[in-house]
Amino acid sequence: MTSYLQIQDLHVSIEGKQILKGLDLNIRQGEIHALMGPNGSGKSTLANTLMGHPRYKIEKGNILLNGESLLDLSPDKRARKGLFLAFQYPVTVSGLSISSFLRNAYNAVRQNEHGEKKKPPSYLEFKRELSEKLKLLEMDETFVTRYLNEGFSGGEKKRAEILQMAMLKPSIAILDETDSGLDIDALRVVADGVNKLAGQEIGIAIITHYQRILRYIQPHHVHVMVDGRIVRSGGSELARQLEEKGYGWIKDDKGET
Amino acid sequence: MTTKEILSDDYSKYDFKDSTDTYVYKGKKGLSTEIVEEISERKNEPEWLRKFRLRSYAHFLKRPMPNWGGNLSRIDFDEIYYYAKPSENSAKTWDEVPENIRNTFDRLGIPEAEKKFLAGVGAQYESEVVYHSLAKELEEKGVIFTDPDTAFREYPDIFRKYFATVIPPEDNKFSALNSAVFSGGSFIYVPKGVKVEMPLQAYFRINAQNIGQFERTLIIADEDSEVHYIEGCTAPVYSSESLHSAVVELIAMKGAHLRYTTIQNWSKDVYNLVTKRAYAYENANVEWIDANIGSRLTMKYPSIYLLGRGAKAETISVAYAGKGQHQDAGAKMVHLAPDTTSRITSKSVSKDGGRTSYRGQLHVGKGASNVKSYVRCDALLLDEESKTDTYPYIEVGEDSATITHEATVGKIGEDQIFYLMSRGLTEVDAFNMIVMGFLEPFTKELPMVYAVEMNRLLQLEMEGSVG
Repeated sequence: MTSYLQIQDLHVSIEGKQILKGLDLNIRQGEIHALMGPNGSGKSTLANTLMGHPRYKIEKGNILLNGESLLDLSPDKRARKGLFLAFQYPVTVSGLSISSFLRNAYNAVRQNEHGEKKKPPSYLEFKRELSEKLKLLEMDETFVTRYLNEGFSGGEKKRAEILQMAMLKPSIAILDETDSGLDIDALRVVADGVNKLAGQEIGIAIITHYQRILRYIQPHHVHVMVDGRIVRSGGSELARQLEEKGYGWIKDDKGET
Repeated sequence: MTTKEILSDDYSKYDFKDSTDTYVYKGKKGLSTEIVEEISERKNEPEWLRKFRLRSYAHFLKRPMPNWGGNLSRIDFDEIYYYAKPSENSAKTWDEVPENIRNTFDRLGIPEAEKKFLAGVGAQYESEVVYHSLAKELEEKGVIFTDPDTAFREYPDIFRKYFATVIPPEDNKFSALNSAVFSGGSFIYVPKGVKVEMPLQAYFRINAQNIGQFERTLIIADEDSEVHYIEGCTAPVYSSESLHSAVVELIAMKGAHLRYTTIQNWSKDVYNLVTKRAYAYENANVEWIDANIGSRLTMKYPSIYLLGRGAKAETISVAYAGKGQHQDAGAKMVHLAPDTTSRITSKSVSKDGGRTSYRGQLHVGKGASNVKSYVRCDALLLDEESKTDTYPYIEVGEDSATITHEATVGKIGEDQIFYLMSRGLTEVDAFNMIVMGFLEPFTKELPMVYAVEMNRLLQLEMEGSVG
């Protein structure tokens, strides 16, 4: 079965302020979507809402994964159903090594793969897969002995997010501003990682302000978000138009999507 | 769900009581000259020790209760049993230990741990050490690991030479009390150059209600020797208070390395008022690794006097205060020699209205040049009702000293929990991992099995109500 994320007429507020104002979007396994928009258009609100951050209040609309509403599910349950969010600002957990964190997350998520409770993978299986993924992403083995995001550079934080995504094998992944704060080399490495993980098994939504990451990742669909709604959708040519003209011209002919 | 629903207490593993019917002797309630004399008499002590006890008792009576630290008003010295002897002798094999007491230590996993990774074990039950063992090869090398009663009988010269030299009875009210009625504890001597590779462990158990436990420990690590001593403690839960008041003296001679690890997990009706102090001579290295998880109130400030050039001292401590608990703990470093270094790392976690206080003293005496000292205290508050405070006292008599003091107070943020939950971890697991991570600088210092046990212990506390 192909996984399918449906966002329907989503209205979201934070501390009484309306941010999302009727957003519709569908993402299927195997597709890469780019969600672009100027600052303040609600991109990060969308990412956090999808994952179930308690601060965001859904006023109206629905989020469905494979036809099932996620609205009443806590973030951990959403993760176990195959949803993943790569954070714009991953938090630091001092004293918690990446490997022990990943081991716990891996057990929690992979044990519940496809909604069935399975025996947790053995420690050896975990280690083997971790080594494979580190190799695939060209990361050093010692990286996972470090404390989660503690003292990480911007690039290291984003690579740690991609590593988590690789290990948890989500069916739908949201990448929130994964390109922000990266120099061009780091950007290339991260984009390279995403490309390696992309394929028929996963649907990806890349949320970004700039289109520069789209030089390295080829999206199937590009959406432009302005003021809490998607105002235009198209193919990868839309990203190029945005690079040339900025967001202004879209704001001008809002609604004509 | 709020944080306070997540953390609950589970002490059931330690909460079981044995009958006291089989005790060989239980003294009268309350404290008097007669009781002090009686303890001394029962132990067949020499005159100097009897006088020492009486002198201490006199000081105890004179000395006012401390008016700082925690609330001591509920301690009623007349309601406490000061001496209870559960068995006739200290046994050398577990088979000789009375069955019910043996079962207690079995349930606490002591004999099993002994087989696997300990070089020696002392097990104290109420006032007396009921079991003692030491690996044969260490005995042959001249290592002594026994209780104070045996020590003053069999090794009178060395015992008397060092006993109460680090902490005199007059040090404070509770050291006076301990000196008057002490019973049990450990006496350790490690000869020059001997390295004790595996830890020596003592386990302290209070069983009956209103029992006071006043053990006395003296460890002497002779020149260039090495030893690691671990103590653990538990008691069943009663509705009335028990008192644990120990005195621990450590002496690390030139070049010796002495590490003392405590995992204090008394039930939450025990007052734990302990005086711990170490002397570190030239190039010696002393470490206190100190966890306070249980007790109603703990007042404990392990201190190290750096007396010889190049001595090193470290204290790493964890305090955990839940409902109704106050952990007033810290460390003292007293630099009295040049080129000495010390480091204090204090971690505390408070929840459900629990209170942790860090109380520390750093003293650099005149003439102690080139001292380096680093103090770091981090507190984690798990809810709004819980409290933490810091009382650092710093006196520096030398300009060449390099002193660093850092303190942080943190809460577990919503974003941290959200981040971990977004990776499939339940809210409880997310909490758990953040707390474990916070305590990691401490747990990584424990031998593997203890680290696992301590994490398990804390995780148990966090499961509870969410089930």
